Amino acid sequence: MDLGLTEEQQMLRDFARDFLEKEAPEQYVRDMEEDPQGYLPAVWNKMAEQGWMGLIVPDSYGGVGMGYLDLMVLIEEFGRNLTPGPFRSNSVATIALLEAASDAQKQVYLPAIASGTQVWALAHTEPSARFDEQGVQLTATRDGDVYVLNGTKLFVPNSHVADKMVVTARSANGISMFVVDAKAAGVTHRPLVTMASDRQSEVTFDNVRVPASDILGEEGKAWPVFQRISQKATVLEAAYLVGLSQMAFEITLDYTKERVQFGQPIASFQAMQHMAADMATDVDASRYITYQAAWDVDTDEDDADETVHVAKAWVSEASRRVVAKAQEMHGGIGFTKDYKIQLYFRRQKAAEVAWGDAEYHRELVGQALGI
Amino acid sequence: MRLTDTPEEAAWRAEVRDFLDTELPDEFKRRNRVSDAPFAGYEAGAAVPANGRPTAVTGGSGFRLEGGARGEWREKLAARGWIAPAWPKEYGGAGLTTTEQFILNEEFAEFGAPQVGGMGVSMAGPTIIKHGTDEQKAEHLPRILKGEVQWCQGFSEPGSGSDLASLQTRAVRDGDEFVINGSKIWTSGAASANWMFMLARTDTEAPKHRGISYFLLDFTTPGITVQPLVNMAGGAGFNQVFFDNVRVPARNVVGEVNRGWYVATTTLDFERSSIGTSVGINHAVDQIIRWAKENQDSPQSTLSRNPIARAELIDRYIEARVAKMLSYRVVHMQQAGLIPNHEASMAKLFATELTQRIYRTAEKMTGLYGLLWERDEELAPVGGQFARSYVSSVSSTIAGGTSEIQRNIISQRGLGMPRS
Repeated sequence: MDLGLTEEQQMLRDFARDFLEKEAPEQYVRDMEEDPQGYLPAVWNKMAEQGWMGLIVPDSYGGVGMGYLDLMVLIEEFGRNLTPGPFRSNSVATIALLEAASDAQKQVYLPAIASGTQVWALAHTEPSARFDEQGVQLTATRDGDVYVLNGTKLFVPNSHVADKMVVTARSANGISMFVVDAKAAGVTHRPLVTMASDRQSEVTFDNVRVPASDILGEEGKAWPVFQRISQKATVLEAAYLVGLSQMAFEITLDYTKERVQFGQPIASFQAMQHMAADMATDVDASRYITYQAAWDVDTDEDDADETVHVAKAWVSEASRRVVAKAQEMHGGIGFTKDYKIQLYFRRQKAAEVAWGDAEYHRELVGQALGI
Repeated sequence: MRLTDTPEEAAWRAEVRDFLDTELPDEFKRRNRVSDAPFAGYEAGAAVPANGRPTAVTGGSGFRLEGGARGEWREKLAARGWIAPAWPKEYGGAGLTTTEQFILNEEFAEFGAPQVGGMGVSMAGPTIIKHGTDEQKAEHLPRILKGEVQWCQGFSEPGSGSDLASLQTRAVRDGDEFVINGSKIWTSGAASANWMFMLARTDTEAPKHRGISYFLLDFTTPGITVQPLVNMAGGAGFNQVFFDNVRVPARNVVGEVNRGWYVATTTLDFERSSIGTSVGINHAVDQIIRWAKENQDSPQSTLSRNPIARAELIDRYIEARVAKMLSYRVVHMQQAGLIPNHEASMAKLFATELTQRIYRTAEKMTGLYGLLWERDEELAPVGGQFARSYVSSVSSTIAGGTSEIQRNIISQRGLGMPRS
């Protein structure tokens, strides 16, 4: 039983932490809240130089050839740093291609992602706000050597800056997945303003014509492979929350040791100590259940699905408790825009509901248990 | 990161499993019986210093082997060298590494198999091994291994619970004896014990931690009165013990006089993951789920008409899996040569509070019928087990270091928050 990181992972983590602190410090995070794109290409390119966009892309397609667990370690650092930009969406789209694309398609798509020259997004959820198969109502109709896509995707992260999107759609015989040019005729992105200062869009598809060769896998047969993609994406979201809640906790702990009231640091008051103990428990428990889920997914365990639901259900609520306590323990200053702790509180909510909130995953655990 | 066994670990696990499969009678295996909740959330045989522990020969889930079956099981363990699996080999143990101990404890808990050593194996023995004289080792260790002696722990007092170091039971030197006066409480198993390891105050002038000595007390000594206490769940494991001019030979002091606190708080390299508790919790949830499903059509089970209770049950399952990870984290640290401190507190805190939530949920699953706690009442769901566990789990967050103390340990020792 080894819950630690390999030496390589530790190096990746330590490097990423320093890099992100330097290249994406708090001021950058704040500045990008107002930026329409939501990130600076200069920073994106620096990340690309580190090979991060191609971290899990095999080197035969221009990537670094590292593994899913390594990506999880990196994503946790993004959570810790609150790094703005499309790294998570890009990673999830990369996973989709790795899982569903043919070798020829991978040859075409992956090198540009790995080098950082293309940004990808994944469009799945719709106005129904469902994550399951029934929620996909956007239609894909075959017309000669193209598919015609009609419908709407909603809450799509970073599609407005994407070059390409992986899109789930309903064909006559089931769910299909397509690679769609984000700027294709008929595609419209309407940015949504969320509390999380992220960049999500409503994407409408109005008779969008997609070459038949851009289908991923077989028509109507994409749902099982999409479930695997969403397993991996869900665990990455949990890892992001682990990093986010860990940092919110550290900031709060430091604050309590500095803030003096009634002649002593508030860290000496038992109420604060007990809240801090509960935060630490929530953060640590989140970390280890996420590791278990990541391991099970990576090693293709039979019950990986259930573990992913358990992990996301838990981490969604544990991280919420942590950022809520962080606000409470900071008192008035924590409520101001200028002080940093609110940055964590608002972003936590977006990751909490991404790829299914606690209620969604709890229900799936229940179904797995047969109750 | 590696969340599966190495080949060596897998081989060891298979060995333990084969033994339990073959040697533990089928009717005693966890999956084949209904039994009560872990007492105070603790599994038998774990080497975690605690106040109030189950008496000897209880399995995971407070299950007790009786009479002949107890002797037979003990003989099988003795033949295998597993009476004291974590003791060093030179003292008659199996000399297991922390990893091997962890795997053995996990498998024993999965099977619900009792570990038979009681507090002799889990506490008195290790203290004597670490701090005892050769004479003390020769006098006590073989008898512990043979099961000839039952030990109990004399730590807590009516006036000294969480603040154990404030204990007042007095031991005054008189020639080559100490004379002990005072009383101990929450002494599990005292009514059937032959010996007690205890802490008494030998210096009233010194700072409280530095005036305490560790004694081995023969219960046949005159002046000792044991008064059973009945707990609110009807159990009578606890006792109060009164000492009236009890004379103890000075050679029964373990370690130096006035250094008893430090003797009591240092133990051998035992695994501290509380894996038995975590496994027990997962089994308890499984059992509740199974019962609720099997009885869905009966008015006893509220599952099909109470969606909120259903959601709670799912949450208990999720939390039980999380509890296991906190145990795994402790053993991971020990395997890596790190010393878990607040991490062990975190695992205990989480597991015991979860235990209480589990039985609250179980009561919701059984509604009005959940009031019935008599084994013989035919209307009682699961022989009244959930109801009894609901009441007895009140002690889970108090015994072995209260939740409040655990939070103090985590925040002060773990997070460096200052004392006020």
